[in-house]
Amino acid sequence: MSETFDIEALLRSALVPVEPSEGLSDRLEPRLSELTGLAAEELADWELSAMRDPRNWARPAAAVVVGGTAAGALVLVRARQQHKKRHLTGPRALQRGLLEVAEDLKKRLGR
Amino acid sequence: MTGVADKRRLDGDFTELYRTHLRDVYSYAYYRIGNHHDAEDLTEQTFLQAYRHFERAQRESDGRPLRPWLIRIAHNLAANYYRDRSRRPQTQLEDAAVLSAPHGTEDLVEGRQELKDVLEGVSNLPDDRREALIMRFALDMDNREIARALGRTEGATKVLIHRAIKQLEQGLAQVSDE
Repeated sequence: MSETFDIEALLRSALVPVEPSEGLSDRLEPRLSELTGLAAEELADWELSAMRDPRNWARPAAAVVVGGTAAGALVLVRARQQHKKRHLTGPRALQRGLLEVAEDLKKRLGR
Repeated sequence: MTGVADKRRLDGDFTELYRTHLRDVYSYAYYRIGNHHDAEDLTEQTFLQAYRHFERAQRESDGRPLRPWLIRIAHNLAANYYRDRSRRPQTQLEDAAVLSAPHGTEDLVEGRQELKDVLEGVSNLPDDRREALIMRFALDMDNREIARALGRTEGATKVLIHRAIKQLEQGLAQVSDE
């Protein structure tokens, strides 16, 4: 190696930006879309329930708490669980989602 | 955040952040970890973690770019990766630049060896110096961004990069002499 090397030029040549594989994008993008979509659906449902049924008033408050921290631990829980349950849709998915939220909140409030 | 509209806006902003910086996060993860498989995992975890804290980060960023925050998440996750698995960065990178460079002449082969030596030298630097160089040269971050990502002052970051380059230069000179 030459004694007069331009170290910064060498560093730029060696440390080129690396494009992620398409496989990563293919895997990650649906996962993020799923997370953001489900979180929005659940939030809307909590708001409606709160207006109709006083027993659910805790939920919008929970939504604010969860939403206020960008879904907090819920997102990761949802990420793991939704990854395994991609085909679950509609009311059943929503019901399951709410149960998971309730469980998650119980744990968080219990701390 | 209190409603669906806010949530949608937030998600739109996050999608933009993801599209703009996927390559940055992946490049950082790759040069930090040293192999594509774990770099993909780290990138995935970084964005999931970022989504979790995105609203607060956006609120507190005061209009500043969020790339340093994103890279800091990757930095912390990488530290956990090594701590949990008792690993050290791999010295032999599956280097994209070196492996994809055309070859066939002695000059090019020599150039490839130089790049390998540089990567080897970077891998052997102390963690903070190595990271600063990755951010500067692979991600093209300026001192201010690097300072935010590493939680240092701009002055300290400037010194860190200067020392990293000096140390690397000395190491390469030794290789050259051998």
